[in-house]
Amino acid sequence: MGTIKKFKNYFSNIPMLGWLLGVFTAVLIEYYWGYDYISYYLGLPKIPALFGALFMLKDPYMIPGVMGYNLIVYIIPILLIAKITTFFTNPTAFILEKMPLWLSVIIHLICFYGILHLWAGINDYRALVVKLTMISIILTISINVINGYQGEFSCSHPGFMAIGAYISSVLTLLFFVDDKIFGAALLPSYLGPWIFPLTLIAGGFAASFGSLIVAIPSFRTRGDYLAIISLAFMFIIKSAIENIQFIGGARGMGGQPDYATLPVIFIWTMLCIWIIHNFVTSIMGKALNAVRDDEAASESMTVKTRKTKMTAFMFGAFWAGIAGGLFAHVLSYINPGTFSLTRLAEILAMVYFGGLNSIVGSIVGAVSISVLGEALRPLELYKWIIIPLILIFVMIFRPYGLISFKEINAKRLLRSKNKKEEGV
Amino acid sequence: MSALLNVNNMTHYFGGLRAVYNYNLNIKPQQITGLIGPNGAGKTTIFNLITGVYTPTEGSITLQDQNIKGLETNEIAAKGLGRTFQNLALWRHMNVLDHIKMAHYSQLSYGLMGAFFNTRKCREQETKIEEKSYRLLELFDIKQHSDQLVTNLPYGAQRRVEMARAMATNPKILFLDEPTAGMTPDELVQMIKIIRQVHQDFKVAIFLIEHRMKFVMELCQYIQTLVFGELIAEGPPEKIQNNPEVIEAYLGKEDLT
Repeated sequence: MGTIKKFKNYFSNIPMLGWLLGVFTAVLIEYYWGYDYISYYLGLPKIPALFGALFMLKDPYMIPGVMGYNLIVYIIPILLIAKITTFFTNPTAFILEKMPLWLSVIIHLICFYGILHLWAGINDYRALVVKLTMISIILTISINVINGYQGEFSCSHPGFMAIGAYISSVLTLLFFVDDKIFGAALLPSYLGPWIFPLTLIAGGFAASFGSLIVAIPSFRTRGDYLAIISLAFMFIIKSAIENIQFIGGARGMGGQPDYATLPVIFIWTMLCIWIIHNFVTSIMGKALNAVRDDEAASESMTVKTRKTKMTAFMFGAFWAGIAGGLFAHVLSYINPGTFSLTRLAEILAMVYFGGLNSIVGSIVGAVSISVLGEALRPLELYKWIIIPLILIFVMIFRPYGLISFKEINAKRLLRSKNKKEEGV
Repeated sequence: MSALLNVNNMTHYFGGLRAVYNYNLNIKPQQITGLIGPNGAGKTTIFNLITGVYTPTEGSITLQDQNIKGLETNEIAAKGLGRTFQNLALWRHMNVLDHIKMAHYSQLSYGLMGAFFNTRKCREQETKIEEKSYRLLELFDIKQHSDQLVTNLPYGAQRRVEMARAMATNPKILFLDEPTAGMTPDELVQMIKIIRQVHQDFKVAIFLIEHRMKFVMELCQYIQTLVFGELIAEGPPEKIQNNPEVIEAYLGKEDLT
């Protein structure tokens, strides 16, 4: 315990900027020397995609090589560079602190995106994992609005996602692709990436309209009964899509253009985090918590509980629809089976693992469950034993999830960590 | 002076059970009215009927000559009926400051889009409300707890949070449902002081349910006695105190044989 604390203390004066710089160096090292030198001499067949978990699980003899790789490429450079550069990252962070918060946040995000782009660009598999992880973040935060902040137990998220995915796919196929179903493209394809956000938003609105079917019963019932209604909603959507031959039925629908690139998804994810954060920290958004904790008291304190419940559902569903649209355009193929119980289990696992009533928690949950899910893929069946076991342990020790009831404090996250300046 | 709140011949049935029968109430501005009666007499039901939790089967309710019968609870609350609950109804995952801020809900006008995009209007309103909330907290002597979860506060402080929250809705009449339930004698004295202070500072009328006679007699200017959903006596405290019917309802009939 003592050494860990010392270790933590030693690195506590590094601002976010310093960590970013450290990670940047690590990514550069991997980019230039990763394949030619480091992985070659360590006896690895190629650059480990997700920190070598796949290699280690396939062939235990590679464990030392993978460990060495992680140490050389990630751990040592990150810690070293982050610590060494504090002499100028701290003053820089201090200057950024003086600027308006939004500017400082945007600068940090641009740096972060650059690093992510470089890291994900090293192989296609990694890029796909990053994209799907960000979509999971949107899904998890949006379900947290309903299940965490509003305190209902809604199981209809895959349904909302399916509505968004199908609506936006139909729109892009109709307008920008020469397709078997919809005929020739109605608009020139160069407009596609620009109109794409509108199709996503259309999908989002369609999903939030659909969510009314779950929202209206929620005026009268809650808890288990609403969970059953929402589960039924999910199955209705799934079987409805299976029976509409026009959009491919159970065979699914393919050929969506590749508009959901990494920057597009990144921007949508950040937008989602920003808007939901604004909402849940405003009084209007905190009304969700009030309704969850005591509905009668909220009514007496002038809170419009019906409007609040409807807002929670429609807002959550809107973002689920957006996530669905992005998902469809990442994979270029969707079928109704994608939006079923497995997906629901995944989303619920993410939100309850990460933590209710917290955006940071949702991000942590989404990232850890999706990365874990990918990293443990070689274990096949055992993967579905290990992940639930982890969940059970989290539920025992932290019933509300890893990080619950906490909000992001951007200012504290990004501030300069120079203790001398603080002391003065 | 014209009446602030007027309840006329209100009757309510729960299925076949007659909970309240022919109830009349007339509250003048700044008047403190008490409602007493044995357990199960229907006192809280009357509160719930007036504040809109239930809609009465018969009768009319008007606030400043405007009908409020049949409106939703939040609309009635926004028109000026603040209330506290018999068993504290606080939001257990929220801190004290958020409680007071939340009660300003009906005064928000920035709309959903304002909340989503954190517009200037939204920020300005929220800062204004925050300042107002701090002033209220100070008045109720709970400012030092402002960032604590309500569940961590002592009982008396929780009661004060509930009062402060009710006052934040800008009520014209404050409904207090057993404000001293479960309090020690010390806390009781403090509560009387707080209610007096609220009455003076905010110029509100108060309508309260209470069991402790000492409390009611000291505070109220007008008292109603309810037994099995019917009023058996009403009038100023001295008159009620000596009314044989009231004594009978509370203590039982004297056996003369």
